[in-house]
Amino acid sequence: MNAKVDLTETNRVKDAAPAINVSPSPHIGSTSNSTRRMMIDVLIALTPAVAMAIYMFRVYALIHLGLCVATCLAAEYLFVRMRGKSISLNDFSAAVTGVILALSMPATAPWYASVIASAVAIGLGKIIFGGLGMNIFNPAMVGRAFVMISFAGAMGAAAYESGAGWVDAISQATPMNALKQAGALTPIGDMFLGLTNGSLGETSALACLLGGLYLCYRRTASWEIPAGMIATVLVITGIVDLVGGHGGRLILHHLFGGALLFGAFFIATDPVSSPLTPRGKAIFGIGIGALVMLLRFLSGYPEGVMFAVLLMNAVTPLINRWTIPRTFGEY
Amino acid sequence: MELLQSKDLPGKGSFSHGIHPPDNKSLSRDAAIEVVPTPKRVVLPLLQNIGVPSKSIVQPKKQVVAGEAIGVGEAFISTNLHSPINGVVENTGVCTLPNGRHLPAIYIKAEGEQLSGQALYEDVLGGPWPKDCPAIYYPSTISKAIHEAGIVGLGGAAFPTHVKVRPDDTKMIDTLMINGCECEPYLTNDYRVMLEAPGAIIAGALHGARAVSAREIIIGVEDNKPAAIERLKKEAEGTVIKIAVLKTKYPQGSEKQLIKAVLGLEVPLGGLPSDVGVAMSNVGTMAAIARGVIREKPLTHRVITVTGRGVSNPKNLLVPIGLSMQDAIDYCGGLTKDAARIIAGGPMMGFAFSNLSMPVTKGTSGITVLTHDDVRKENETSCVRCGRCVDVCPMQLVPTKLAMASRHGNLSLAHQYNIMACFECGCCTYVCPAHIKLVQLIRMGKAMVVASRK
Ligand code: SF4
Ligand code: SF4
Repeated sequence: MNAKVDLTETNRVKDAAPAINVSPSPHIGSTSNSTRRMMIDVLIALTPAVAMAIYMFRVYALIHLGLCVATCLAAEYLFVRMRGKSISLNDFSAAVTGVILALSMPATAPWYASVIASAVAIGLGKIIFGGLGMNIFNPAMVGRAFVMISFAGAMGAAAYESGAGWVDAISQATPMNALKQAGALTPIGDMFLGLTNGSLGETSALACLLGGLYLCYRRTASWEIPAGMIATVLVITGIVDLVGGHGGRLILHHLFGGALLFGAFFIATDPVSSPLTPRGKAIFGIGIGALVMLLRFLSGYPEGVMFAVLLMNAVTPLINRWTIPRTFGEY
Repeated sequence: MELLQSKDLPGKGSFSHGIHPPDNKSLSRDAAIEVVPTPKRVVLPLLQNIGVPSKSIVQPKKQVVAGEAIGVGEAFISTNLHSPINGVVENTGVCTLPNGRHLPAIYIKAEGEQLSGQALYEDVLGGPWPKDCPAIYYPSTISKAIHEAGIVGLGGAAFPTHVKVRPDDTKMIDTLMINGCECEPYLTNDYRVMLEAPGAIIAGALHGARAVSAREIIIGVEDNKPAAIERLKKEAEGTVIKIAVLKTKYPQGSEKQLIKAVLGLEVPLGGLPSDVGVAMSNVGTMAAIARGVIREKPLTHRVITVTGRGVSNPKNLLVPIGLSMQDAIDYCGGLTKDAARIIAGGPMMGFAFSNLSMPVTKGTSGITVLTHDDVRKENETSCVRCGRCVDVCPMQLVPTKLAMASRHGNLSLAHQYNIMACFECGCCTYVCPAHIKLVQLIRMGKAMVVASRK
């Protein structure tokens, strides 16, 4: 009797045996957490900015978004195939690069600028280093910098002002250019909501804040980076504002006009090209903020976020080395 | 009121970093400890502690009674081994443990009358546990009794307890720190012991503290176990024992993290708790000490949790050491259809195994059976350098750097980033969005470092 019971018991476990797998600990993992989920988070966070871009720049926004995303995906597919690696489109990282790149373009930039920028972003910005996670520089900014230097005329101030009359905003100067060229201050409310000219996704401070706070809440973006950037800009413009007697408007202008918030939340926070430790991230953010102010005040360009991010990307490996945390129990 | 109790302790009730995995303790939390019927056979590996195997002192066909010594620990870091049942030595063969080690073992077949059911429960955990007698023993008498009883740390590491409680002139111990955190998800065996046998824990703690001449005795319990905290407090009234209420967080029960959380002290890198004047053990071990010293009974039984959604009826069990995993699982209604991974211990640090004939050892805190849905996904992608692993490492390491250094065999980089400080808690792997097997790589790196030192 007993023996028989035992046998069936053993058989039952044997039946289950093929499904039993063995692997080293830990055996559980955080379920809401994957690279893909992080990229989807970024796409979700970008929706307010995308919506605002489409509202403000209509077909121009659609054209650049379409071109950038399509080219990024195609380039990723092509280059990854060339390197003989398995296709990585489903991690959505190429799509994220496409959307961020499109949102950093001026509305009336020539179509080929978007295409070339995207191909360069993926090819030179990412795949050449070995793909996702291996790149040193923010891919979107590599692409953006490439076309900005190659087609300086078509991508400069002119691209922001040559627009067709039926999209009102495009015929104005961007807030940062107006400030730089004429010392003119754009109404703060317009800049906050995004009713001004500028790169497609950067005009609405509100949209950037909404998406950015979501990203920080999800911990997909490390809050130390935008906090460091914004705090630095506040301090520097605060001093200049006080000295120049602008009554606070210069601070808000530098904060809400231009690409500062878009850059702080969506570009600088790219995990791959930013430092690893909280302290490193804060240093990185402060560095970008300081460079942005340096470029805005002293360079020939009205804006400085793109170059500031690229410069700090270059320093990231060093920051990582400087900020090795003190191990528990190490004196 | 609970917080008041920890306020007079210097620690903050927590350490920095760590994770909050779903604890899943409700599966077995309310299941009172049940005594499993005496099995037909027990298998006792000769190595049930960190250190040197015990030496067998029995031959096949020898009659043994429950509690009789069948192995002796001759080396310093080794323990004695006793038969948990009345029976006959069948043979001395080999058996495999969940961690993959093959070990010589003694097989004992049950024969004759057995102590079982309520009587066994009373013998191990029940009854009165006098609190006032430690003074009647010399410290050395207590540590000798602990040595005789073959007691090891029941939290999982299985370090011989007599080595820890040995009076030592070179390292003064001020505090006996008792770990009742049970921070591993799923496991509830320590919780049940705290609830059902707080008297044994308190008595064991008093005796243990006398053995090491510690003036302070603190039991640390996570705040997700309010009932256990109440029971221990009540039992500890009139003694010097303090109960520290800690934040629920993994790995709160790791010794260095617990000392930081309660006493605010950092055990130096590469050091031991004794370097900051602390002796550390867990609550189950205290109950074993009480039984060993007061009742002069060796460690032959322990409480384990058999749990997880892959087990039909999760339970807490009082089992003889040497019971097969199969018997324990069968007693809980067997595996379910979607059982996918069987783990000795909890899901964060336990070993997965597939051979159910393996025995429960002194260090087995439980068996967790996960289903396909519970098991961590392992489709690894590239590190996106998000730094989440850095944000959770309780040792404040940079796990991604350690893993990459290991992968590329870069020992000097591994050394620069203090690879040996990793105690393999798994927090980094738990959070990694790229599903990189960080701990596995780090473990490999540690092995390389050790090998290179030789
Ligand atoms: S958590 Fe994973 S992906 Fe993120 S830095 Fe660490 S190893 Fe890389
Ligand atoms: S590096 Fe080691 S100690 Fe740090 S989280 Fe990972 S496993 Fe735990």
